[in-house]
Amino acid sequence: MMNLTLKIWRQKNASDKGSIVDYQVSDISPDMSFLEMLDILNNQLIEKGDSPVAFDHDCREGICGMCSLYINGEAHGPDRKVTTCQLHMRKFKDGDTIYIEPFRAKGFPVIKDLVVDRGAFDRIQHAGGFISVNTSGNTQDANAIPISKHDADKAMDAATCIGCGACVASCKNSSAMLFVSAKVSQYALLPQGQIEATDRVLNMVQQMDEEGFGNCTNTGACEVECPKGISLENIARMNREFMKASIKS
Amino acid sequence: MESSKTENLDKEGVTMKHTFSSTLDSKEPKGPIAERWTKYKNEINLVNPANKRLIDVIVVGTGLAGGSAAATLAELGYNVKAFCFQDSPRRAHSIAAQGGINAAKNYQGDGDSTYRLFYDTVKGGDYRSRESNVYRLAEVSANIIDQCVAQGVPFARDYGGLLDNRSFGGVLVSRTFYAKGQTGQQLLLGAYSAMNRQIGRGKIKVYNRHEMLDVVIVDGKARGIIARNLVTGEIERHSAHAVVLGTGGYGNVFFLSTNAMGSNVTAAWKAHKKGAYFANPCYTQIHPTCIPVSGDHQSKLTLMSESLRNDGRIWVPKHMKDAIAIREGKLKPTQLTEDDRDYYLERRYPAFGNLVPRDVASRAAKERCDAGFGVNATGEAVYLDFAAAIMRYGKEQAFIKGLDEMNETIVRELGKEIVKAKYGNLFQMYEKIVDENPYETPMMIYPAVHYTMGGVWVDYNLQTTVPGLYAIGEANFSDHGANRLGASALMQGLADGYFVLPYTIGDYLSNDIRTGTIPTDTKEFDEAEKSVQENINHFINNKGSKSVDYFHKKLGKVMWEKCGMSRNEKDLKEAIEEISLIRKEFYKEVMVPGTANEFNEELAKAGRVADFLELGELFAKDALLREESAGGHFRDEHQTSEGEAMRRKEFQFVSAWEYKGEPKDAVLHKEELVYENIEVKERSYK
Amino acid sequence: MSKSTILSSSIGRKFAMALSALFLMIFLLQHFLINLLSVFSTDSFNEVSHFMGTFWVIQYVMQPVLIFGVIFHFVMGFVLEIKNNRAREVKYAKNKGAANSSWMSRNMIWSGLAILSFMALHFIDFWIPEINIKYIQGDMSGLLDPTLPESGFRYFEELVHKFENPIRVGAYCLAFVFLALHLLHGFSSAFQSAGANNKYTKGMERFSKIYSVGVPLGFVFIALFHHFNH
Repeated sequence: MMNLTLKIWRQKNASDKGSIVDYQVSDISPDMSFLEMLDILNNQLIEKGDSPVAFDHDCREGICGMCSLYINGEAHGPDRKVTTCQLHMRKFKDGDTIYIEPFRAKGFPVIKDLVVDRGAFDRIQHAGGFISVNTSGNTQDANAIPISKHDADKAMDAATCIGCGACVASCKNSSAMLFVSAKVSQYALLPQGQIEATDRVLNMVQQMDEEGFGNCTNTGACEVECPKGISLENIARMNREFMKASIKS
Repeated sequence: MESSKTENLDKEGVTMKHTFSSTLDSKEPKGPIAERWTKYKNEINLVNPANKRLIDVIVVGTGLAGGSAAATLAELGYNVKAFCFQDSPRRAHSIAAQGGINAAKNYQGDGDSTYRLFYDTVKGGDYRSRESNVYRLAEVSANIIDQCVAQGVPFARDYGGLLDNRSFGGVLVSRTFYAKGQTGQQLLLGAYSAMNRQIGRGKIKVYNRHEMLDVVIVDGKARGIIARNLVTGEIERHSAHAVVLGTGGYGNVFFLSTNAMGSNVTAAWKAHKKGAYFANPCYTQIHPTCIPVSGDHQSKLTLMSESLRNDGRIWVPKHMKDAIAIREGKLKPTQLTEDDRDYYLERRYPAFGNLVPRDVASRAAKERCDAGFGVNATGEAVYLDFAAAIMRYGKEQAFIKGLDEMNETIVRELGKEIVKAKYGNLFQMYEKIVDENPYETPMMIYPAVHYTMGGVWVDYNLQTTVPGLYAIGEANFSDHGANRLGASALMQGLADGYFVLPYTIGDYLSNDIRTGTIPTDTKEFDEAEKSVQENINHFINNKGSKSVDYFHKKLGKVMWEKCGMSRNEKDLKEAIEEISLIRKEFYKEVMVPGTANEFNEELAKAGRVADFLELGELFAKDALLREESAGGHFRDEHQTSEGEAMRRKEFQFVSAWEYKGEPKDAVLHKEELVYENIEVKERSYK
Repeated sequence: MSKSTILSSSIGRKFAMALSALFLMIFLLQHFLINLLSVFSTDSFNEVSHFMGTFWVIQYVMQPVLIFGVIFHFVMGFVLEIKNNRAREVKYAKNKGAANSSWMSRNMIWSGLAILSFMALHFIDFWIPEINIKYIQGDMSGLLDPTLPESGFRYFEELVHKFENPIRVGAYCLAFVFLALHLLHGFSSAFQSAGANNKYTKGMERFSKIYSVGVPLGFVFIALFHHFNH
C-alpha cells in the first residue's frame, strides 16, 4: 500500500486561470490503475463536499483515446506503450509526489481541470480523413484488389492511432504531425486512397496549421510517448506526400 | 456434430400461462426467406432526392450502428444531427471490440453461405431471435466487408494480398475478418471517416459531449430530443422528423463490465418511458475470457478477445488439493502435469472444445469455480494456457526452417514468436494489468458482463413501438436472440446502420416530405425540458451523503449475485425488492457536488445510475418471468441432468415490456417467434 | 478549400529548412577539406584558396547562394522557433523532455544561436577583410604584397595569424562543439524533414554521427594544430 502526494492542475473552466493544488491519497494498492487511484481521490473529495477533479476517460482499456493526462512530465505517465488508463500504480513508489497536468497545447484548450478540447483533431479529419465512397451495397468485392501484406500491415500500424493527443502533448512544439501523418499514411498505403491523395494531404495539413499546432522538429518525443507506437516513418511519408502533392497541384 | 434429439419440452407437460396484454406485430414480410429483404426493399416507399433535404434525422450515439447510420443517411441527402457523449464520435465503445467481424463470404471455401451464417446465429442465439431479421443480417454481411475495404479499413491479409479469416466460437467455418486485435477500432474509424466526409459537406452536424436526456413525442410521433451540453450544462432542444437510437447496451447495470465507463442505458430507458417497449432485458452476455477482478478498487473489467480461444486451452486443476495449493501460492500452474489438469471444455464438449459459444464457456468456468477449483486468490479464475500452442507452432516453424524439432528451447522460442505475431497486443495488455508474463505462465481469466442482447423492441423496420423512433445496433433487442456469437456485434451494428435502417426509415419519412421543420417552441418540448430540468435540480439540490458510485456499486453487486450467470426464483424476487430499495435510498441520499451549469461528471453519472436503477428492476422481473434457460439466461430450476441449459417451448417468444410507472408494474407484450426455416433443436456443442 | 502555398505551410517550411541545411552541410564539408589542406601543404592550401577566392562561379554564384542559405536557415529557424513557442501558451509545471528526446533535438535554437554568434566572429575575422581587400581595395592578386609577386600568397599567413590568440582559439573550439551538437540532431532531422525514412535510414544515421562529430572535431584539430605549431 502506498501514500502519495498529488500535485494536480485545477481550473474551473476555460476562462479561469488555474493553478496546481496539492492532495494526499493513502492506501493505494499497486494493482490499481492510475485512474482508479484518481477515483479514490475524487470519492474523498465528494464525501467532503468538494468538487472532484475532472478528467477524461471512457473505455479504460487503452483504445478509445479519451484519457489523457501529463503525469510527472510525460504524456500518459512513465510507462511505455500504454494510455493513462492502462498505467498501473506499481510504476510508482510509496511517498512519491506525482504531478498531474492536462495535455498542453494552444490547439487543445482546457475545458476544466484536466479535461481538454481535442476538437482540432476532428476538424483535421473532416478536412480529408476519408475515402469518398458511398454506402451502396454494390461496391466491388473486397478481394477484387489484392493488397500486399506488407502494405496492409503498414497501413494497419498507422491506423492504430487512437487520437489521444499524446504526440501533441509531448512535443516541445505542440506539433500534431504524428497524428495527421498516421491518417495520411494509412490511406497513402492503400490503393483505395490514391484517387484523393493530393487533396487529402494538402487539406489536412492546411487544417492542421490553422489549428495552431507547432512545427515538427523531429525530436522523436511523440513516437516514444505514443501509446500505440506510431512510427516517425509516417511523418516522413506525409512530408513526401505533401511535397509531391504541392508540386502536382 | 449435431444432436439429433428434438426439442426438450417441459417434462411435466405443464403449459405456462402468462398474463400478457397483446401480441406484437413484427411486420416481417412473407414469402421465401431468401427473397424477403429484396422483395421488401423493392416495395417500400422512397423519398425523392430533392425532398430528402427537407427532412431532419437525429441519430443518438456514434458507434458502429449510429456512426454508419448517420453517414449513410447524410449520403442519401437527409440533414443529420449526430449526438455523442464522448469528445469525438470516434471514441464510442464499439472501438473496443477486438476479435473480428463475421461475414458469409466463403473466401476460405469451407462451406460457408448466407444460410449457414443465418443458421449459426439462430442456433447460437438459442432459438430466441427473429428469423427474418437474422437472415437479412446474414445476407448483407458480405456487403459490409466490401464497403469497409472500399473505405480503407486495413483488414488483415495473407501473403497473396487477399483477406484473411479466423474462427470464432460456436461455428464450424472460418468467417471472421479481423484487423489485428483492433477490429472494432478499425471499423469504427471507417464509419467515422464516412461521417467526416459528410461533416465536411455540411450534411451532418455533430454534437460532441452532449447527452440525450429525453425523447420528445408530438402527436404520437418521435419529433426530437432534449440534450444536455456536458461542457456548459445547457439544456438544448433539437427537433427532427425521426429519431434513431444507436446508444449501445446496458451492461453497466452490473457496475463492473467490459463496457466503457460512460456506456449507459439512459437514451434507451427514456425512450422506454416515452412508450417504446423494452424487450428481453434479462438476456445478458457474460464473456468467458476477461481478466479477473483484482480488488474492491476495480472500476471496470478488461476483455481478452475470444480469438485467444483459437489457440489457448482452458483448464483448472483436476484435484482439489492442487487448486487449494495454487490459491495459497504454494504451487505454480506450470508445475502441474497434463494428467493433473482438467481441460473441462475439451472434456465436456469434444466437438467444439475451447471454441464453444460464450454462454456455454462462461457457465462451465463458473461451474468449476463454484465447485472449488478456481485458481486465483478469490477462487474466481481459470487458466487459459498457450503452452501447447507455443510448442505446436514452434515445431511447425522448426520443421519449415530446418531446425531441430527436438530442441525444446528453439521450438519454444519459435513458437513464442508466432503467438506474439497473432496475439502480441493482447498478451502485452494482460501483462500490463496483471504483471505476469503470459508467455511463461498461463493467463488467468474469468467471465464478465460484456454485451446485452436485450434492448428496445423493434420491428422488421427497426422501428420501436413509438412511430418515428428507431433503435439500431446493441440498443435494440437485436438479432442475437438469447446469446450472441463472437464477431457478430460488429456485423449487426454495421448492417443496421449501413444497409438496413437507411432503407426502412425512408418508408416512414416518405410521409413527412411536406411536414416542414418541426418547431421546438411547442408545449411538448416545454414539458420534456421541464421534466429534465426538474430531475437535474433534484440531484444538484439533494444534499445527500453518498457518492453516485456508492449506489452504482451496490446495484451492481445485487445484479451480479442475483441476476448474473445463473438465476433462480428466490434470488430474482429478492433482487426486485432490493433494487427498489436502493433506488429509494439513492434519491434520498445521493450527493452530487457542483452546479448544473458546468462540466459536472457526477451529475451526468447520477442521471445514468438513476436509469440503471429502474432498468435493473425490470431486468430481474424479466428474468423471473422467463422460467427456462436460454443462452445468456440460465435459471437454476431449468437445467438438464448434465447441467446444460434447458429451453422450454412455451417461452418461444420475445417479452416486450411496456412502462407503467414503477418498473415492477411493467406490462408484458409478446412477440411469438416462428421458425419456418430452421428446425428448433436442442442446442448441442458436444 | 484553398491549397496551402508551400512556404506558408508547416511542412513546406521544414522542407526548406532541410534543403538549406543539406546545402550548408555540403559547404561545410568542402570548407573543412580545404582547411585541412593547410595542415599538409601550405602551397596547395594557398592555391585552392586563391582559386576559391577569385573564380567567378564561386564568387558570384556560389557565394550569394551560400549567404542566402545561411540567412534563410537562421531567419527561418527563428520564425519556426517563435511559432513553436506560441503553440503552447501555458507551459508544463513539470516536464521530462529527457525521457523521450535528446538534448540536441530540444535545443537546436541554442546551438544554432551559438553557431550564429561564432559566424559573426568568423565574418569579422575572415570574410570582411577578404571583401575589403578584393572588392573595395580592388586587390585580386591574393599576394601578401600585391606589388611584389615573389611575396607569395597571403592566405596561409592570415590563417596562422588568426590562430595565435589562445582566447580566440578557445572560442573557436567551443563554437565547433555547438556545431557538433547542432549537427548531431540536424543532419538526420534534415533527411526526415525531406521525407527520407526508409531502409537506408539506419545507415544514414550512422554516417550522420560520423560527420557530425568528425567534421567539427577536424576543424578543432586544425585550429589547435596551427596554434601550437606556429
